[in-house]
Amino acid sequence: MELDKKLIGHEFTPFTATVEAGKIKLFCKAIGEEDPIYSDEAAAKAAGYRGITAPLTFLRALQADDPNKGGLLRLLNVDIGLILHGEQHFEYFSPVVVGDVVTCQEKVVDIYDKKGGALWFVVQEMEMKDQAGKLLAKGRGVTVVRNPDAAKK
Amino acid sequence: MATATAPKFADVKVGDELKPLVLPPISRHQLALYCGGSGDHNPIHVDLDFAKKFGFKDVFAHGMLSMAFLGRLVTSWVPQKQVRGLGTRFTSITWVGDVITVSGKVTGKREKDGETLVDLEIKCTNQNGQDTLQGNATVALS
Repeated sequence: MELDKKLIGHEFTPFTATVEAGKIKLFCKAIGEEDPIYSDEAAAKAAGYRGITAPLTFLRALQADDPNKGGLLRLLNVDIGLILHGEQHFEYFSPVVVGDVVTCQEKVVDIYDKKGGALWFVVQEMEMKDQAGKLLAKGRGVTVVRNPDAAKK
Repeated sequence: MATATAPKFADVKVGDELKPLVLPPISRHQLALYCGGSGDHNPIHVDLDFAKKFGFKDVFAHGMLSMAFLGRLVTSWVPQKQVRGLGTRFTSITWVGDVITVSGKVTGKREKDGETLVDLEIKCTNQNGQDTLQGNATVALS
């Protein structure tokens, strides 16, 4: 297996996701988060937020709302069982709250290998903007692809 | 947990440690909840047959679940609206049953764009003392 470095620079089709209270509720249950700013609108507003707030890493869950979800794997022609998450970074410009309609644009910014091609690394950058076009957050993620051919050697 | 009240920039010193967060052991139930809650439906985290097919001894936690724990540590120290950045490397796999401790310390203080910022080193460590996530955060304090 070898990934195609010509895919560096590939931009995915932007998509729009609406931030929903129910999704945040389940996300918080899963991560053990009990701060009321993530579940109670009055508490969130009292704490200075525009509404029920999305936890810091919920942005990645918003990315999962992509109707073309799995686009990276299809682009690379890689099986989902071969990938690991290598790195994730977020820069925050404004908290994301319930009701926000967020447009997300992702692109591939680098592809490289290590250990003689046994591991491949795909670096993606992401921008999230609200309905007014205001930048909410930026993300940078590294997906690691385990080369199944290397394991056979 | 109630919303954090931020410390003052002047009161924070490089080397200050955040109160660690010790989490319950990672359970299969938690991974199922995170699968649904995060929209990350990769079966490798919830389907033992699938995980074994791809060479793993068991299912393992989503990296982003542990990164959420990093976020929880930071927002236990300052309100979320003051968080400017959160990042991590995923350095080893978190298995079912692992007991994760999240810890953090202040590594720097600086000014940027008219804000006074504090940089943190934050990490997840398992019951064997092995780091599973090595991360960092930046928060704005007044």
